Amino acid sequence: MKRWLASIFLLCSLLHIPSLVYAEEIIMTRSVLAFPEAMLALQESITAHGYTVSRVQRIDVGLTGMGYKTDKYRVVFAGKIEEIRELTDKAPALTAYLPPKISIFAEGEQTVLVTINPQVYAEIAGDAIDPIIFTHWESDLRSIFHDVNVAR
Amino acid sequence: MRMLFGVFLLTISSLALSAPQGDALYASHCAACHGDTGAGGVGVPLSLPSFLNSVDDDFLRKTIRYGRPGRVMPAFRALSNAQVNAIVRHIRGWSGKPVPDFSGKPVRGDAEHGKQLFASHCVACHGANGEGGKGTGVTFSRKRDLPIIAPALNNAGFLAAASDGMIRHTLQFGRENTPMRSFLEQGLSEQDINDLVSYVRSFGSGVAPPGKQTATVTETTITAESSYSLEETIENLEGAIVSQNFILIRTGTLEHGLTTEGEEDSKEVILHFCNFSFLYEALKVDPRVGMFLPCRVTVTERDGKVMVTTINPLYLSRLFNNSELDEFCKRMHGVYSAILEDATL
Repeated sequence: MKRWLASIFLLCSLLHIPSLVYAEEIIMTRSVLAFPEAMLALQESITAHGYTVSRVQRIDVGLTGMGYKTDKYRVVFAGKIEEIRELTDKAPALTAYLPPKISIFAEGEQTVLVTINPQVYAEIAGDAIDPIIFTHWESDLRSIFHDVNVAR
Repeated sequence: MRMLFGVFLLTISSLALSAPQGDALYASHCAACHGDTGAGGVGVPLSLPSFLNSVDDDFLRKTIRYGRPGRVMPAFRALSNAQVNAIVRHIRGWSGKPVPDFSGKPVRGDAEHGKQLFASHCVACHGANGEGGKGTGVTFSRKRDLPIIAPALNNAGFLAAASDGMIRHTLQFGRENTPMRSFLEQGLSEQDINDLVSYVRSFGSGVAPPGKQTATVTETTITAESSYSLEETIENLEGAIVSQNFILIRTGTLEHGLTTEGEEDSKEVILHFCNFSFLYEALKVDPRVGMFLPCRVTVTERDGKVMVTTINPLYLSRLFNNSELDEFCKRMHGVYSAILEDATL
């Protein structure tokens, strides 16, 4: 009886181990807000997390200017100057990928946000950079995406 | 003994309290592509009644587990069985009807005859080799009145997830409010349908099983050392970009906008450029392609050495699980390489 109970206990304990965190390489979220409101929520949250929006590339404007029909589509670049300087100095390969960016596009009445998981940058940087910075970025990005996701 | 039993009860109650929540899991893993209510978007509309009425839970479970290699839908291998089941229950909650129950028996048919039927009845939507419809999502690639892109029947993930019985049911009854019509209503016999199922199943002999790792691109950038000065290299790049039929959008420092003007490192310069026709086609293939945008080349000067660097599109394309996009990335890799060669040699 004791052995039987112990076996069940062990089985339950094993089942209780939380699943591994899904390490997806592309982070996405959806906002029920229309594009302009979602864009505003995104930029506010980026700033609130201590990052500077360095530039907004208006992809849709370029496309429509060339005669193509498209929905609203922008790319938002953001970062912290001291971090960007450290990364480009120690890991030159990252210069091609920085500053980090978030794609934001309309999908009907809603808005979708997409970005590369900063852990991908860790792979590019190799041993030159303490990966903790990318863990912070990932955490901040998920928090920013959460803000946009729940904004009403 | 009593203590052991107490711990056992505690574990059981703890397990019950921490049972995976399908709605939360769906929100964090699926909603961005499939929509909060399963209405579809980048991904297919899961809440479409005719879809839910023609797939069983095993199909949904295996689709989550295996994904669709090369067709955007990722394989969620790290989710536990309990989490996958919770997501399936959440999706199933959109249907008020019982879960379809398909026979597990393999369908016996004449695959050769099925091939002929496939050529005349299926190729227009599913492609000559069952490769499926083109494009991804509703944003750029298809009209909003078409709720679904024809699935890739030759996809390893599909073949692993769909039972013969499920494929047979779809052929028999079609899917209402999609272009997939009932083949019985189109005049095919039950035997014809079995033949088609056998042919679709035969696609499996030519594809790798889901989960098989493909070759990995390890070069993260395309890089060249320039034999010119920083200023000359920038000038060369501007000419090379235009000669590749791209429009130069702007030239500025990497730190532009991150710090005050005058404080920027003038030895790190980015040239942004675009070919809108190419971009439009790429966006039709995958609306997430913004992560490549705009096209750019970075020039740096350190210790008198001028280096030109771009992302390696082939390295990034693996993140997207989209074989159509891979083709664009190969073309873009060629463009970047040519620009770097023109500007630095």
